[in-house]
Formats: sequence, structure tokens, C-alpha cells
Amino acid sequence: MAKRPKIFRPVAATANDLSTGAVVFRGRDGTWSPDIAAAEIAATPEAADTLLAAAQADQDADRVIEPALIEIVQAGAFVRPAALREMIRTTGPTIALPADPPPARR
Amino acid sequence: MYRYDEFDRTFVLERIAEFRDQVQRRLSGELTEDQFKPLRLMNGVYLQLHAYMLRIAIPYGTLSSAQLRVLAQIARDHDRGYGHFTTRQNLQFNWIALKDVPEILEKLASVEMHAIQTSGNCIRNVTADHFAGAAADEIADPRPYAEMLRQWSSLHPEFTFLPRKFKVAVTGAPHDRAAIKVHDIGLQLTRDDEGRLGFVVHVGGGQGRTPMIAETIRDFLPEEDLLAYCEAILRVYNLDGRRDNKYKARIKILVHETGAAEFAAAVEAEFAALKGETAPLPPDEVARIAAYFAPPAFAAMPARSEAFDRALHDDPAFARFAARNVHPHKVPGHAIVTVSLKPVGTPPGDATAAQMEAVADIAERYSFGEIRVSHEQNLVLPHVRRDDLPAVFAALSQAELATPNAGLVTDIISCPGLDYCALATARSIPVAERLTERFADLDRQHAIGDLKIKISGCINACGHHHVGHIGILGLERNGEEFYQITLGGSGDESCAIGEIVGKGFSSAEIVDAVETVIDTYLGLRNAPQETFLTAYRRVGEAPFREALYAAAQ
Amino acid sequence: MPLYRDGGFVEDDWLFPPDDAPLPASGKVAVSKARFSAERDTLLARSEAIGVVLEAGDRLDDIAADLSRLALIAIRFPKFGDGRPYSLARLLRDRHGFRSELRATGDVLRDQIVPMLRAGFDALEPSHPGTIAALHEKRIVAVSHHYQPAAAGVSEKAPDRHPWRRISVALP
Repeated sequence: MAKRPKIFRPVAATANDLSTGAVVFRGRDGTWSPDIAAAEIAATPEAADTLLAAAQADQDADRVIEPALIEIVQAGAFVRPAALREMIRTTGPTIALPADPPPARR
Repeated sequence: MYRYDEFDRTFVLERIAEFRDQVQRRLSGELTEDQFKPLRLMNGVYLQLHAYMLRIAIPYGTLSSAQLRVLAQIARDHDRGYGHFTTRQNLQFNWIALKDVPEILEKLASVEMHAIQTSGNCIRNVTADHFAGAAADEIADPRPYAEMLRQWSSLHPEFTFLPRKFKVAVTGAPHDRAAIKVHDIGLQLTRDDEGRLGFVVHVGGGQGRTPMIAETIRDFLPEEDLLAYCEAILRVYNLDGRRDNKYKARIKILVHETGAAEFAAAVEAEFAALKGETAPLPPDEVARIAAYFAPPAFAAMPARSEAFDRALHDDPAFARFAARNVHPHKVPGHAIVTVSLKPVGTPPGDATAAQMEAVADIAERYSFGEIRVSHEQNLVLPHVRRDDLPAVFAALSQAELATPNAGLVTDIISCPGLDYCALATARSIPVAERLTERFADLDRQHAIGDLKIKISGCINACGHHHVGHIGILGLERNGEEFYQITLGGSGDESCAIGEIVGKGFSSAEIVDAVETVIDTYLGLRNAPQETFLTAYRRVGEAPFREALYAAAQ
Repeated sequence: MPLYRDGGFVEDDWLFPPDDAPLPASGKVAVSKARFSAERDTLLARSEAIGVVLEAGDRLDDIAADLSRLALIAIRFPKFGDGRPYSLARLLRDRHGFRSELRATGDVLRDQIVPMLRAGFDALEPSHPGTIAALHEKRIVAVSHHYQPAAAGVSEKAPDRHPWRRISVALP
């Protein structure tokens, strides 16, 4: 579980969906969605504690697994995770995924 | 190949029903994640960064065309159209939904496959020489023994909750293509003075954060005692292996802390007692299982093939392929073909659905419908007529599977790394891709010769970097990836753990650093025939360290 | 704790006094291995049955000679991933010929019941509510076909001439 960093930076709650495994973020309305732009951002340590407690309650209710707080970077309306690992979780592998040509070209 | 009968089929279907029930109990909330996790792991379901990952067992790396086609279909129906062949001769799908897993398992069962024990603290998929049954240097085919071990270890009532995972490899040839000395148990088929078949037993090898080369605890174990002896090893490990620290729980730590001689004595004592309680392998059961692996109906062919010789002469691309990807077969007029899953700039070991189908078709037409998965993350066509090699080369080329790089600098082993893996500390695949781009020139690759580069994205060493001639370990410091180079490792019969050459390199520097190592080797080798590993063993790491770090000092 | 034995839940007629408590004057008692070793003669002099409770890390050597005088051995699973009790059970049944009750206690989940029974346990003390309910309602979904003989005394049939194959006669 994410420990609170020494210097506080804004965080969002992320997890994986229980049934599909998809990466999800806890939204301002309390639902989980793949869209980090809709994520609730906790700007104070107290808000972060509340957010983590809510995320863990959702795990206990078997909606998501492995909830954690991740530091995020905000630039205007744009939100992204601070760490490379979380960037990869959010946006996918950094490599071109193997793909067959579309059926017409085969 | 081994074929299921009604008993085997029922076993797998019952296991699917059990897992379906476990998934339902998880989704309904009866099981917590803590309770479910070990259950899903025992059936190969991990949670990776982006999704669940399903690891499918390919026992000792042997596949049929029909099986490979079903894997391709699963890739299309339930994943993103590709799969990843692993260093344990298995296949991983990276984008699987938990709720789909029971259905996928049923599709697998339709072609006699499963995901049993591909993870968890149990006896994992047994691996074997990927040239088994075909290699010219083979003493005996290891697959019947691997199959007996597979059956014996399946849902074993005593050994399903071991201190840690447990990996067994078997080889039947003196040249070790199965890396048996870095396994928990490595078995090497041999014959005694009277010509009886048996095993040299190695125990306690492994990679991970504490790499160790296995100790030989038996020079000759008679064939009939195989299961009883393995049972003795496993029982000593199950009772005495450390459970207080996950990182010290593998059998290699027990062997090391106990001492090889004392550990061997404990195994022998347990084995002596067990011999009175369990029956030896009955010869007719050995023969029954061995019959499944009887050689296919090879045609009588002359050793030399005119078609092959003509293509060698006429087509330089074929000649290059033949020089690297075609290997001696035990039957005259036949050959073994390595199907490269390492084209330039692609993830090592990945194959698309169409590629899997292409290999299935080619195998059906030219290799008795049989395919192997190598622990080096390539596919193998084990039984090809030399006359057919030009046609096989052409068909593989069509599917971008004919890169003539088997055993060369671009034939890189790599774990999935931080692009997929929840444990990784750095990315591996992009480094592999950039290295293959840097060394894309085939003349240069062939001039460099035999060279194994192995990349792991964390200390768990799934990319086998410890036994790479050049090993690369990806780590993280202050949010930045960096890469440590080890030199001189080897996973074959001359097994050695690579030595760290010095401080690590940034992601931007690592490809240049590897090139420096290779250029240094080219500059100091005695002759083009002196391989990187031979040269390294002759000169040691000093010239390489100097070349890598001199500029900085 | 509910006790499951021979296909159904039964009343537990054993007493498990803690090591620091006096032995009850009467009744079947089971004590830790340490207490058994310390008070062996007193215990064996009792007219009623005696049992021993083993921890997963215990060894059998120092009680092997007394096994025939024990009517119960309970082995505690500290967590369900600790597999040592399976080996202890096999040794008790196969090597030492122990034929009395062998009970699994501690973290007993329904997903381990078949391996527990096959390793030689014949009584289970589950605490997990889902497991207890599933045993009551006979809703255990498990694998009945096996590739190894079970421990001595476990009733299974050999389906064909293949030496290791076994089929469970009845699942819980």
C-alpha cells in the first residue's frame, strides 16, 4: 500500500477492476473508470487518507483489487501519473504491440 | 506426443469445474482477494499492470498444430491477437479478463491443454530439451520422463503448498539445451557401465536474486527410482525449506545452508525409507508412456539433399538461415529448424495469431504436425526433411519468422519487464528492441557469432540475465531506469553465473555499452572461431571493464 | 469449532487444555508435543484416550515410539499456504502406521480438503464460514481423479491398470 510521501503531492486512487483486471481510477462520483481525467484528486494529506479509505472500502466490497494512491502531475486540465510505472499502467506498454495486418491485406 | 485418454480428460475437466467455482466465489465475494490469490495463481492467473495474465502450460515445450491453432484463436477471441512464449516453454496472454478464464480453459481442454501449476508454490511445468526426440547428440528422449513427472506432480496432495515454487528440467543429451543446472531439480539422462538408463541428479540451482548452480547429489539414479527419488527431495524440502523469508525459501538456499553433502544424505535417507513404501516405475508403464513419443514415420532419405545443396548455392539468404537456424537431426536426410521469434525491433518471444497459424500449417505440412517451444523463446520444427528446407524457409519468411539469427546477438531472451509486469523495476523489451536495431546488419551478426544476451527487468531474473554471456539487469533509482551488465554467464553444461562488470548504465547509454563490450571482444578474439564466451573465459573481465569505464575515469 | 469427520459434522468429544492449565480430571485430552514429552507418564497412566497437537514445524522422531498409544493427532495449519502438515500426515500414515484420528486444524479452507484427505487426514476443523456451509450442503467442487496413490488407509479405487491412477470413492 502506498505510504504517504514526506513531501505531499496530489494523489489519485487507482486499482484494477475485479472481474476484468482493467486499470481504473476512483472518480469524483465514487465510481471507478479507466479515465484518469475523471479521477478524484486529493490535494491534502487528510483528503488522501479519506480517498484511500474509500478505495479500500471498495476493495472490501469486491469491486476492485489492489487499490493504491499514486502521485499525479497536473497541468491545467491535464492529469498524468508522476511515476513511469503508473504512466505505463495508465497509457499502456511503451512498445508497439504485435499486430497482424488487417484481414483485407492478409 | 502424449495423448489424453478418458481419465486425463476427466481430470482436466474436473479441474476447470473447480476453478470455475473458485472464480464464482471470488466474484460473488465469498472469497477475499487474499484467499483467492493463491488459488488463481495455482491455475496460472496473475494480475499484471494492465490486466490479468494467463499462463498456459506447454508441457516440456511440445505442441501440436491443432493446439497452436487453438492458442491463436484464444489470442483473437480473448486477448489482443498475440501471445508471449516464455523462458519456461509456456505461453502467456497479457490481456485476459478473469471472468473469461473458465471459458478459455475449456477451449484449451478441447486440445488437451491446461494452465495447471503454471504459478504458485508448487511443482511448475516440467521443461525439457526443445530438440528432444530429434537431436543428433541425444542419449535418450527426455520427454517420457518429463511426462511422468508432469502426471506425478499434478495436484500432488503433499507438494502443492511448498515453501516456494519448484522447477524441474530434464535433458537427454550431453549438450545441455535445457539449462538444467539452474533448476531446482535438473535431471540428465545417462547410461551406466552396463548400459542401463538412469539420471544424473542436480539439485538446488536457480536464478532470482541469489543465483546458484545446482549441486550434483547423485551420479546415477536408476530409471525405476525416478519418482521415489524426486518424492524424497520434495519431502525434505517441504519439511525443512525455509518459510520465514520468501527470498530464502527456494531449495537452493536449503541446499546451500545445509551443505550439499548433508542435504544429499538427508535425501538418500528419505529415499531409502520411501523405497519400502512406494512401488518402483514398472517397465510396462514406462514403455506405455514412451510409446507416445515414438519417432514419427520418417522416410528413408539419403543423408545429403540435392535440393538443399542447390538452395545453399543459389540463395545467400537461405544459406544464412541454414547456417544458424538448421540443426543436425538424428535421422539421415532430416533436420531441426529454429523458427525465430526475434525479428528486428519486436518483443522477443511474441507471436501474433496469424504467425501461430502459419507455424501450425508449416508444421503440419513439413514436420509431422509437431512444434516445440524453446526456453530461448523461439519455436522449433523438430522433424523437417532436408529436401523441404527451402520451402520451409520460404513459408517462414512469408510470416516474418525466418530471421536467420538463432544463437546470435539479436536472439535475445527478455522478460516482459515494466511494460507488462507488476514486479518489474525497469523496462526490458525496449532495450531488446533497440539492441536488435543496432545489430540489425546480418553480416555483422554472423561475424560476431555465438552470443547470448539475456535481459531481466528486475532482480527476479525471469530473463535469465545471470546466465547470459552478456546479461542485462534493469533496475530503478530515483525514478530513473538503469541497467547493470554482467559478463560470462552460461546456462548450458558449462554453467556459470555472470559477473557484474561495474556500475550501471542509463537507458540512453545501455545499447552503446553493449556495443562497446562486443567491439572489445571482436578486437581481442584469437580467431573468428573463438566465441565471446571462450574469449571472455580466456581474458577475464578486465579488458571489458576498461573499455566500458576508461573514458569516465 | 465444528468438527467434520466421516462425511458429516459431529460433536467434538476431545478436550484441548492449554499448556499452562491443569489437566481435566476426566475426559479425552490432547496436549502439545512439549507437554506430552514433559508429562508423558502421567498422561499415559490416564484411563481415557490421549492425543497430541502438533504444530506445522514439529517433527515426529521423539513421539514415534508412543504413536500406537495415541488416539488422536491434530496438526495445526498456521496458514493454508503452509504445506508441512501434509508431509507430517504422510509420514504418520505411511511410515509410522498411525491409524487413529488425524485431524487438520487452523486455517482449513475447502479448496484444500481433497489434498488433506488424500494426505491421510480423516477429520477437519474448519473455521471459514463458507467452507463450513459448503461442507454442510455438500457443495464441494473438487477433482476426484488423481495421478498418485493417496496415503495408506485412504479409500480410493484404481480405475485401470495404470499404477498411479486413483479415483476418490466419495468427495465431501
